[in-house]
Amino acid sequence: MKSRHQRLVAIGLVLAGVGLGTTFLLKAMNENILYFYSPTQMQAGEAPEDRRFRVGGLVVEESIQRTDGTMEVRFALSDEAHSLPVVYTGILPDLFREGQGIVAHGRMEGDQFVADEILAKHDENYMPPEVAASLEHTRSQKPGYGEAGYGGGQ
Amino acid sequence: MIPELGHVALACALCLAIAQGFFGLAGPIFNKPGWSAATKPVSVGHFVFVAIAYAALTYAHVVNDFSVAYVAAQSNLALPVIYRIAGVWGGHEGSMLLWALMLAGWGGLLGVYTKRIPLSLASKVLGVMGVVSVGFLWFTLATSNPFERLIPAPMDGRDLNPLLQDFGLVIHPPLLYMGYVGFAVAFSFAVAAMIEGKVEKEWARWVRPWTAAAWGFLTIGIALGSWWAYYELGWGGWWFWDPVENASFMPWLAGTALLHSLAVTERRGLFKGWSLLLAVSAFSLSLLGTFLVRSGVLVSVHAFATDPSRGMFILGMLVFFIGTALALYAWRAPQLAQKGGFAVLSRETFLLANNMLFVVATLLILFGTLYPLFLDGLGLGKISVGPPYFNTVFIIPTLPLVLLMGLGMHSTWKKTDWSQLKGKLWPFALAVFLFALIVPLVVYRQFGIMKFIGILLGCWVMAVAFIDPVRYWWRKKSLRGYSRTMISMAVAHFGVGLFVIGVTMVETYGIARDIGMRPGDTVTVEDYSFTLTGTRNVQGPNYSAVRGEVIVEKGGDEVTRLYPEKRTYLVQQNPMTEAAIHPRLHRDIFVAMGEPLGQGAWSMRIQYKPYIRFIWLGALVMALGAFFGMTDKRYHVRREDEVTEQAKPAAGGKLQEGTA
Repeated sequence: MKSRHQRLVAIGLVLAGVGLGTTFLLKAMNENILYFYSPTQMQAGEAPEDRRFRVGGLVVEESIQRTDGTMEVRFALSDEAHSLPVVYTGILPDLFREGQGIVAHGRMEGDQFVADEILAKHDENYMPPEVAASLEHTRSQKPGYGEAGYGGGQ
Repeated sequence: MIPELGHVALACALCLAIAQGFFGLAGPIFNKPGWSAATKPVSVGHFVFVAIAYAALTYAHVVNDFSVAYVAAQSNLALPVIYRIAGVWGGHEGSMLLWALMLAGWGGLLGVYTKRIPLSLASKVLGVMGVVSVGFLWFTLATSNPFERLIPAPMDGRDLNPLLQDFGLVIHPPLLYMGYVGFAVAFSFAVAAMIEGKVEKEWARWVRPWTAAAWGFLTIGIALGSWWAYYELGWGGWWFWDPVENASFMPWLAGTALLHSLAVTERRGLFKGWSLLLAVSAFSLSLLGTFLVRSGVLVSVHAFATDPSRGMFILGMLVFFIGTALALYAWRAPQLAQKGGFAVLSRETFLLANNMLFVVATLLILFGTLYPLFLDGLGLGKISVGPPYFNTVFIIPTLPLVLLMGLGMHSTWKKTDWSQLKGKLWPFALAVFLFALIVPLVVYRQFGIMKFIGILLGCWVMAVAFIDPVRYWWRKKSLRGYSRTMISMAVAHFGVGLFVIGVTMVETYGIARDIGMRPGDTVTVEDYSFTLTGTRNVQGPNYSAVRGEVIVEKGGDEVTRLYPEKRTYLVQQNPMTEAAIHPRLHRDIFVAMGEPLGQGAWSMRIQYKPYIRFIWLGALVMALGAFFGMTDKRYHVRREDEVTEQAKPAAGGKLQEGTA
């Protein structure tokens, strides 16, 4: 095969690859992107009703309730301005506890958030960046709020 | 005193790295063979000094010298010695030092084993290695000094993160880094070749074993990470498409493409520019991974705690190395002479397709990993890209890849005769097709398209991998004279088949159940029944735990007793789940304790994982293949032989091609 043909074959393969890749990329992207919302944003009606998304905040003190005999657990998630009831069925991460910053994946059903995945990091000082940002936002709205104790890991 | 010694040794190593970089690159330019020759002992000395620094830090850990800030943050009086030693790389500063040690180690090896390579090229390669090392040593000294003192010294350390107190920490990071950093060698060879402005077949032959070695280590390192995550934090998952997993996986993909592209460059003198670009990409992706992990831009279990100056430093380094390499490439690539063509159906085409598919997979994963960061950086919203995206974009290129792999292995250079290929392979194709149809239906009584495709592809590769060596052995009753490269290819591809089978079985026939259990409760999963007899409190060296006892029975016979634990580490007060696993080659039984549900009940996760061991076994076999390939004797001919071989390349070339 002449080198020009070779080049044509190569270019053809590249274009086919790129075309195929882009198609799947866009399709897969579209279906699997999760947007993040804080409880305040959800209160304002910004969150979608018909698709999964992420929500994050602090687990409100004394809000964890278990339903006896099942794996169902209910708790409230707060960004210190608003709070959101969450229900989850399954095993919680080791570091899930009251006061901890966590992120939940799931969707709204009625006025509660039904989570199918809960993420908490393995470091008690860690705050998910989204949660840290939304807390900071809340605090900047409320003057006189301390900053101490929050932020990234050490 | 010892830590200061380490600090000084590290500074000395930086000086030697500067010398190595300068003399290595300047020697050929100013035509001073003495300078070039000096880089070899310098590269060894450079390694020795980093090793001294590393040993000093390890010593500080072992004796728990809490006056060193890093030790105080990473260790504890109650920490077992093995985790003190491994704890050296448990945090940012120490792991950076490990990185530097590996880099200097690869450089030192290059210094010793480049006798066969012309001095001007070897000198440049070592020079580039030196420059890379300067970057990392400077970074370590300037922003992440592990020897920094903490005065007054605390009475006790803050302890190693309990998650890291595991055998996985002992082996996963060193092997992973070995591979990660090993791509620096291929990168240096590529940059050196671009400075010289020529890429010969010999160049590919020199760089191939180094690349194979790095690739083998990276393969094992990633597999170990997956295995560790599986039993320690994954609740039974083995891959999460966590951005940092991707960060190690992308260099692996680029490195795999590079290995295959180098085969073409070595045998046929083609794909030269492409090989250079892949060599640059593989190491650039390693650097990108370093940036992602250490700059704090990522949310991940792996992400180190950070400060922005480190991120900026690594970003600067990233831009410098990638920018320089790409600029060189843009300048030199058009000048690379390539002659010789190949037919549409030829081994070259199959390898080209391999490269395309690997590059597509790499780019799609890169896109999914970086896209959220870009959006966030531009203030367009916080998103995350979930595993389904990665599964989709990875599986799509992988399916044709594995299918073509079987064909490509049996194709010939320049031109492949289709009817011959068909004649050779159709019985295998038919047998595998029937097997993939029958097994799900008869054995598992559960058919699905992904099950069928997975079993088909995995068995296809395994079935055809050893056709040629077996035939050769059949004729000659010995494998003497059969190309080791070809055996290594067969072995590595067989490993891919094992891996595909493992993934298919786990993902399609695996069972996971989350359930609340009281003592005395029995649950049945697959053919196994699980009975929780009770829980009790136990005491470990630096933790206390609740330990459950689960009796596993099959058909009334006891299979095993499992003891999952929920630990609380005393210093950091973190709870940790310690799963109990009963492993067999064909299945794992996995039991983990969730949380207490009151009245002695616990939430439990019980899993049946068929053939999950094949995933890691497959990776191990791939790596063994790569390592075995390095023993091929053409990588070990003496310099004199090489000169004569170069004088009559046709004869040598033909001989090699005949076996391929």
